[in-house]
Amino acid sequence: MAAEGNGPTTVEYIQHHLTNWTYGKLPAGTYCDGTSVQETTGWTTAHCQEEIEAMGMMSIHVDSMLWSIGLGVVFVLLFRWAASKATSGIPNRFLGTVEMIIEFIDKTVRDGFKHRNPMIAPMALTIFVWIFFMNLMDLLPVDWIPELAVLVSGDPHFYFKIVPTTDPNITLAMGFTVFFLMIGFSIMKKGALGFLKEITLHPFHSGKWYVDIFLVPINFFLESITLLARPISLGLRLFGNLYAGELIFILIATMYSAGLIIGILGGVLQWGWAVFHILVITLQAFVFMVLTIVYMAMAHEVEEEDQFTH
Amino acid sequence: MNINLTLIGQSIAFIFFVLFCMKFVWPPIVAALAEREKKIADGLLAAERAEKDLELAKHKVSDQLREAKEESAKLIEQANKRAQQIVEEAKQKAIEEADRQKAAAEAEIAQQMNRAREELRGKVATLAIAGAERILQSSVDQQAHGKLVDDLAAQL
Repeated sequence: MAAEGNGPTTVEYIQHHLTNWTYGKLPAGTYCDGTSVQETTGWTTAHCQEEIEAMGMMSIHVDSMLWSIGLGVVFVLLFRWAASKATSGIPNRFLGTVEMIIEFIDKTVRDGFKHRNPMIAPMALTIFVWIFFMNLMDLLPVDWIPELAVLVSGDPHFYFKIVPTTDPNITLAMGFTVFFLMIGFSIMKKGALGFLKEITLHPFHSGKWYVDIFLVPINFFLESITLLARPISLGLRLFGNLYAGELIFILIATMYSAGLIIGILGGVLQWGWAVFHILVITLQAFVFMVLTIVYMAMAHEVEEEDQFTH
Repeated sequence: MNINLTLIGQSIAFIFFVLFCMKFVWPPIVAALAEREKKIADGLLAAERAEKDLELAKHKVSDQLREAKEESAKLIEQANKRAQQIVEEAKQKAIEEADRQKAAAEAEIAQQMNRAREELRGKVATLAIAGAERILQSSVDQQAHGKLVDDLAAQL
């Protein structure tokens, strides 16, 4: 559907596919080459990149939220249904699948997390299945649902992204939630003082107070970076993988308008990339889950006291 | 990369789903799995025990069978012995009975012979007297000759 007659150019097509349906507080002014006029500052749906930039922080990606929460609801309803049906008797195929996933996650958590915390395993399950579902949207042909959204809304420039994990807000939000839980559990386990000690008396420690005073800021700086790198790497790893995958799907989709031969080639490429992506989306969900478990285990580990007391 | 309120919305949604999972999804499924594991373990144990019991019962059955066979063999032997004994006894009895009957018959025969002889003797005496009367054609003194005839008859 790209680069044809008065349709969008390839660049416009790609950009359109990478823009979220944004609803936010738009300051008064004229935007989008004069086609959109905002008379008073207020909440509205963005019509172009310029408006999205003008909204800044005070906006929300409606499509990301809809798909993410929708898929999350699908996940909890499916698993809740399975939980209500779960008995010690013979499971049916659906229950068996759910139980297989649960057992797999239970085993992974047991292997990586040796402490007692009833929140870790359910969190790992939520992360794995939810992210898998969100990533799975990547396998749907890129134009199907956005075109449907255009039809339903009647606006030919309606922005609609269906893969929430290609939105850094979504992935970073999960990364930072894990991060804050990690800090919380760390403080719960070691006490506020223990946590402070951990981030200020590491990795350099002399044992003499007049030397330590100079080492504390350096330690704090290094440890803060180590800590902050975790949620950011969690979020950006998932985002980067899915964004790149989505971009390649979109690029392949532009081939369909470039003639029969290239179109067929595009079809083959899309199929191949989708097959490869089945692996990627599962792996990314798994990596996010395993790293979360590892970080949680780290948060629960109490260092040997003698390192700080002598 | 537009960082905006979506970040906060997603965080809230994430926490909500984790809590929901922790309350309503994870515990029942894990409990059911643990229960099934226990059930299977119990079942396997029971099966093992049943197998052992079966083995034991088989032994018992074969023992009882052997005992029963021995007893029945003994019984048959006893019965055979008894039967032989009965046949023996019956034979003995039959022989005794036959002997008894033979003796009775012989006694009766002897008695009847005696009686017939007595009768014959009487008849012969009468016949001899009648014959003698005819031969002599004379009246004979019954008294004088009667003694003679009686002597004659006694000699028969």
